[in-house]
Amino acid sequence: MFLKDYIYDVYNGVRSLLKGMRKTGYYFTHSKEIITEQYPDNRATLKLADRFKGEVIMPHDDNNEHACTGCTACEIACPNGTIKVVTKSEFNAEGKKKKAVDALVYRLELCTMCNLCVVACPSDAIKMAPNFEHSVFDRTKLTKILNKPGSKIREGIE
Amino acid sequence: MYNQTEIIKDTTELGPEGELVVNMGPQHPATHGVLHLVVTLNGETIKKIEPHLGYIHRSIEKMCESLTYRQFIYVTSRMDYLSSHINNTACALLVEKGMQIEVPERAQYVRTILNELTRIASHELWIGAMAMDLGAFTPFFYAFREREMITDIMEDTCGARLTMNYIVPGGLMYDIHPDFQNKVKAFIKQFKEKVTEYEDLVTNNVIFQSRTKGVGILSAEDAISFGCTGPVARASGVSCDIRKIAPYDVYAKVEFDEVIETAGDSFARYMVRIKEMNQSIRIIEQLIDTIPEGDFVGKTKNVLKLPKGEFYQRVETARGDFGVYIVSEGGTTPYRIKFRSPGFSNLSALSHMAEGSKIGDLMATMGTLDLVIPDIDR
Repeated sequence: MFLKDYIYDVYNGVRSLLKGMRKTGYYFTHSKEIITEQYPDNRATLKLADRFKGEVIMPHDDNNEHACTGCTACEIACPNGTIKVVTKSEFNAEGKKKKAVDALVYRLELCTMCNLCVVACPSDAIKMAPNFEHSVFDRTKLTKILNKPGSKIREGIE
Repeated sequence: MYNQTEIIKDTTELGPEGELVVNMGPQHPATHGVLHLVVTLNGETIKKIEPHLGYIHRSIEKMCESLTYRQFIYVTSRMDYLSSHINNTACALLVEKGMQIEVPERAQYVRTILNELTRIASHELWIGAMAMDLGAFTPFFYAFREREMITDIMEDTCGARLTMNYIVPGGLMYDIHPDFQNKVKAFIKQFKEKVTEYEDLVTNNVIFQSRTKGVGILSAEDAISFGCTGPVARASGVSCDIRKIAPYDVYAKVEFDEVIETAGDSFARYMVRIKEMNQSIRIIEQLIDTIPEGDFVGKTKNVLKLPKGEFYQRVETARGDFGVYIVSEGGTTPYRIKFRSPGFSNLSALSHMAEGSKIGDLMATMGTLDLVIPDIDR
């Protein structure tokens, strides 16, 4: 009886091994079904999801205008102190004093991409962009000022 | 001056003859993170296991005391990062319960679908990691192939692959992607075809079966007394599915079975997870075509303030019963917050389960507990 069990065990072991190996062999011969992405080589064709949260950006239009009013809603919403809004006083066309954004300082190294600032913004001035290659040689380069130099607020946004 | 021999004198007590203490971890490929196990051996037989924690402690509970009720949700993604979506849901549910915020039905449906997708993704990763612990490398890639489809769905809709902060108190952060339903359906189709590959590769494998059957047995009484929850307790025959006991979102409306095995060994815990994935697919199939139209977020105040008192909410994560406990003083931030993580209780049973077995079986026992160390340590 011992010999019978032994032969049965060997037979069963080899059979289950071959069953598993058949699956592996299938993909060995059908290389088109392999889905591995060749990342640095496929950079030109690589497309990330539109909503991918990679970094916070401030979109500017052709006239170098943005929609940020400097209300600091994003600064209050941020859990890590990633965003710091520096405001300045400006005179508008009628000569009235008005608060405007001087610099929206964004520290990428502190950001957890939680999207709370984008949701909090009342004028949709900032949004998340699908950029993910953020490595730099110096840590100070991660501190960014989002509004471009010389930019001003778009007409009609309060 | 000190005499040199006095200083280097060893003060530790000598154990009995033949006893050996082995440090497994904190950097060990099979502990899936910085878990440190001090294993006391007698020859090759395990006498005692003492887990040492604290290597990845980030004081999340204390940190949450300075964050508002909208902000503290993102931190919970960093605890049990494989079921981050479910953790976020627990926090949002608690705030909604405390402030009596109405959640639109659309948001509830989407939350449930995403919760189940997260559960499948977590179990898929576990199967791969478990097989790798036992020496089989190939199943890891097969499991990750299906998991990749889920992370793609998450990336499309939530904007992140692992730590998506998609749930807000009152509903969802933004509406689902227009392609969401089609992609989920495509995933279900592929999953049903490919799940047989796991059966061939892992379940029916003689080596896998002989290494897991009868190993690390946990009786139902012990599972209850150690506070085990989730697939670990259900494999021992304990009914503990929070989705059945205290349904949240739309779990009360859907039909699914609570998977219970009675053997209590490592193989039973494996089978519970395989069957749970099929149940999750069943839940998604019932909901995916009937997502109601409407708002994705309910009306909430600008500043959330929980009323004075104590609040508790429990959900079923991929690992078991996850609880959030908040003491509120009526302000914008919690006074005290406590997370009940399933991994901690499950780990406490490890010493009892592995006692008397060989050190080689420790991997098969610990792997099936599905430990995520940041969840245990917080």
